[in-house]
Order: sequence, then C-alpha cells, then structure tokens
Amino acid sequence: MEIKDTAVAGTLESSDIQIMISKATDGIQIELKSDVEKQFGDQIRHVITATLNALGVQAAKVKAVDKGALDCVIKARTIAAAQRASETTATPAWEVL
Amino acid sequence: MKNNVDRDLPEDVMADLNYQPFKTTEIGHPEIQRVAPKVHVSTGDDKVVTDIKQVVKDTLQDGMTISFHHHFRNGDFVFNKVMREIIDGGYKDLTLAPSSLTGVMNDMVIEAIKAGTITHITSSGMRGSLGDFVSHGGLKNPVIFRSHGNRARAIEHGDIKIDVAFLGVPNADALGNANGMEGDAVFGSLGYALMDAQYANKVVLLTDNIVSYPNTPASIKQTQVDYVVKVDKVGDPDKIGSGATRFTKDPKELKIASTVNDVIVNSPYFKDGFSFQTGSGGAALAVTRYLRQAMIDNHIKASFALGGITKPTTDLLNEGLVDKVMDVQDFDKGAAESMHTNKNQQEIDASWYADPDNKGAMVDQLDVVILSALEIDTKFNVNVMSGSDGVIRGAIGGHQDAATAKLTIISAPLVRGRIATVVPDVTTIVTPGDSVDVLVTEYGIAINPKRKDLQEALGNLPGVPVYTISELQQLAEKKVGQPKPLEFTDRTVAMIEYRDGSIIDTIKEVKD
Repeated sequence: MEIKDTAVAGTLESSDIQIMISKATDGIQIELKSDVEKQFGDQIRHVITATLNALGVQAAKVKAVDKGALDCVIKARTIAAAQRASETTATPAWEVL
Repeated sequence: MKNNVDRDLPEDVMADLNYQPFKTTEIGHPEIQRVAPKVHVSTGDDKVVTDIKQVVKDTLQDGMTISFHHHFRNGDFVFNKVMREIIDGGYKDLTLAPSSLTGVMNDMVIEAIKAGTITHITSSGMRGSLGDFVSHGGLKNPVIFRSHGNRARAIEHGDIKIDVAFLGVPNADALGNANGMEGDAVFGSLGYALMDAQYANKVVLLTDNIVSYPNTPASIKQTQVDYVVKVDKVGDPDKIGSGATRFTKDPKELKIASTVNDVIVNSPYFKDGFSFQTGSGGAALAVTRYLRQAMIDNHIKASFALGGITKPTTDLLNEGLVDKVMDVQDFDKGAAESMHTNKNQQEIDASWYADPDNKGAMVDQLDVVILSALEIDTKFNVNVMSGSDGVIRGAIGGHQDAATAKLTIISAPLVRGRIATVVPDVTTIVTPGDSVDVLVTEYGIAINPKRKDLQEALGNLPGVPVYTISELQQLAEKKVGQPKPLEFTDRTVAMIEYRDGSIIDTIKEVKD
C-alpha cells in the first residue's frame, strides 16, 4: 500500500486516538502525543507500526494524538487513516482486518 | 525498613523526622497529652486593622509555622493576598500547614518555595502545577501528607505547632466572632479552620464583612482571635463550590452507583438509625439518590450523614430521611445555605469529625462510607494521592479516617481510559486494605476476604456479580495491557502519614 495523500482518522475524545498519515520517503516515522506516554508509549508505537506493516506500507509519516485508546482502537484508526491516505477506501484490505 | 503494608521506607528520612513505620489500623487506648496555645492578653478593643503587611510584621518571624484553611476552595483570595505580603516581606524558612491546598494557591506556593520563604509543607493534598513541581523535586524537604483527622491529631499533639493562622471568613465582628454562613463568600461549615482557631498562637481573621457586635452564631470565637483584618474581598462566591448539583448521566457511573446501593441495602448495616458518609464525585451523588429511594421503600431512616456535605444530602435532611447532618465542610451552595437554616445540620470541627486520638470521633460511629480511588490493589490498599504517571495529584481528605467505618465501600471504574484502576500494587498506599471492605466497579464487586460475613450477605445478589479482587485486576489488565513500570529516583519528596501519625508510604521524585 502506498501513501499518496494526507488523511486523518479518529477524534480527540477520551479513549480515542487521532491518526494523521502523510507521505514520506523513508520508513515509518511516528510523532506521538499521549496522556499515557510513560506507561504505554512504546506499545502504541508498536501497534501503529505493526498495523502499517501488515498493510504493506513501507514509508509514512504518522502524527498520533492519543487520549488513552485501547489497542483495538489504535489499530482501527490506523487502518482507516492508511486507507484514506492511499485512496483505497473503496477496496479495503480485508485480510488485514 | 518495611512497614506492615510491605512498603520500603527510607531509613535516613524516617530517622531524621523521627517517624515510626505503619503497623495497624487499630488505635488502641493510649494516654496522650494535648498542647495549648500561647495567649497574648488583651481586652480586644483594637483588633480591627486594614493593613495585612503590618499584621504580618507584628506576628511573623523566620522559621515559623503558618496556616490557612481551604474552605473557599478555588474561590480563595485570602491565601494569595497574605502570601504576597509574606514573600515581599522577605521571610524565610517557613512551614506551610494549611488544611489543604487548592489550585488557586499553586503559583503562589511555587513562588514562595523558590524564594526560600516556604521550606516545609504539610497538607491534606496538592494538585496541578504544585504537585508536578514537588514530584520533580522542587521542594528540598519532603511534604508531609495528613488526613483531615490526622491533621487535627497532629495539631492537638503539637506535631504541627501553628504560630500564625490566617483564616478568611465571610463575616466577623470587631472582636472576631465569626461564622461561614453569612456574607458574599459563604461556604457553610468552618470545620477545618476551627482547629487553627483553637490551637494557633496567633489567630488573624480576614473578612470583607464586619458586622455588629456580638456576631452569632459564632463558630470562631473572640476568645481565640488576635486580629480582624478588613479586606476588599475574601473570595469569589462562584468558585467556592459547584452551583446546582447535577446528577451524572454517565451510564458507567450510574451502574456503579446502583451497585453501591445494592451493596448497602443488602448489608447488615441497612436498618433504621444507620449512618453514612458519601463523597462529592458523580457516582457518590448518584448513590445518594438511589439510597433515598431505598430508604423510602424500606421505611428506614438514617441517624446521621457525615463529612463533606452536598445538597442531595441536605435534601434528605429536609425530607426527614436523615435526622442529623454532621458537617465538617460543604461542597456546594445548597449545603452551605442549608446549614444556616436547618438546626439539625451541625457544624463539627476536624477533631470531632475524625481525629483518632480522641474520646470518640464521629467516624468511629459511622456505619457505611462510600469512597473513591485513583487505584486499588489486590490487597485492597487504596491510592488517592499519586496519578498513573507517579505525580502527586490528589488529597487524602478524610479517606483514611472514614475508611474506619463498619462498611467501607470503594467505588471506582475498573479502568479509566487506558489506565487500570484495579492494579497488582498501587503506586502510593494511602488507605490500608485492612480498612476496606468492598470494591464496586461497573463489572461487579470484590469483597475483602477478611469479611466472611459480607461474603455471605452479598455473595448472591441478583445482578451483582462477585469476583475476587485478583480476577478484577486481571480483567482490567486484559483490557488495557500491561503498563511499563514508572521510574522514580531515590529521593523522597513526600511522606504519607497514616491517621495515627505513622508512615504508611512515601512518594519518590519522578524520573523524566
């Protein structure tokens, strides 16, 4: 999956995470802001990276603002943002879901 | 050195401050000696002054202990006014010993610490920027946190020797007779400030409302007061308490509240003449509403409601469902006004409320209490002091004191966002698990295994699943995952006293 555009998924409500994905040339860079950075920062980065890897995204810039989202929410928001940014919302990658 | 709740205590700090490790929740029957204040004799004819600076000059010296009350909460103007003069006066090495510290005081306290004006603090709690500042090592000497009952004990013992108490009041006469019920900035009960008025060597009242002599009812009496300072405004009425109390619509809180009610109603304590204390949180207020209906349905009346009072509680008083309200502080306008109009709402001081070294405190007579928690662990120990990031952001309040009730219920959601409330070990132990009986979450309840009687009474309630507390902890962890452990340095930034003055835990400087 190739990131062509900048796209957002998620909100800033508590227990949600807002993920903005845009084009990058080299690898996956994550800029994370989280209320639970100290305890779960690594885990959140891991879930985002693993989800993008599963989608076949090689390069992307990710801005994530986390409000205490659970892993399943982080995964869902990452998939939605990636599909929007790669203009593949009409043909979802079902096997990843 | 480990105490009886398995917390490692720093031996050097314990020795320096002459502390004993926490052993037991039992107070026993020791014989104790109370202290008495110095009295500067006068007929009281010239107490009224307008210059705070002059009063500070006349009463204060480097190294003294000063106190304030927190009944104005975030509407307080008095603290900042007085502290401004004290900092500008160049005073050093003071101990700050207020009943608690509210957000509106934070910036001034930090300034005073940086200026060397304040070098020691004892309080019920602290939050926001001040908690952050202290948790990052901003104050050289550890803060001593004490419950409301323990503060009263410490003052009576002389552990806290207040040299000058600066007490804001919404009214006072020229001799210093004052109460919290009339004027612009009313807050109701003066419960915590009454200790300062009784035991401080110098008592300075600050008021924006000097009334004709003699002022009654007098909660603070002229026999205790040295100065009456006239100021523009003592507080912002809109920020003293929440206005009209709104009931929560949060389904999670409602579920917890209705389960708390089920626990109370099916406990052996729910009978005519029972007594209770609830807090001010959303779930606690909803409990009061459920409890009201249960009392009506079962023709049961309570002998008294205790502690921090809200309008839903005074409504029960007016309805005749509660005989007396024993009131140490009021959380909203409705409760504050009700104290003025209803003679069955009795103002009580912090000692009467909760001091363990007493000839009987109100909490010793308490049947049921509902308390909150930031964290509770599998030993039922409760943390209401440090946040999930290890930073100070809470207050003991009356938590340890009221937890001595016959039925102590902790109501808390299983998780808050991604943070588990039920954990293997709380970050900071404030209230020992020995005094906690039932945990109520939105998923179900856990009963302290020591309470076989409650296991029996509450084990089979329809719609109230019973788990072990370890099961609830595992359920929480399954939802949120396992957090990375918090990192602290070796430096102690705060000591948590149990209500008897022993040390139940310490707080370390956070490592960022």
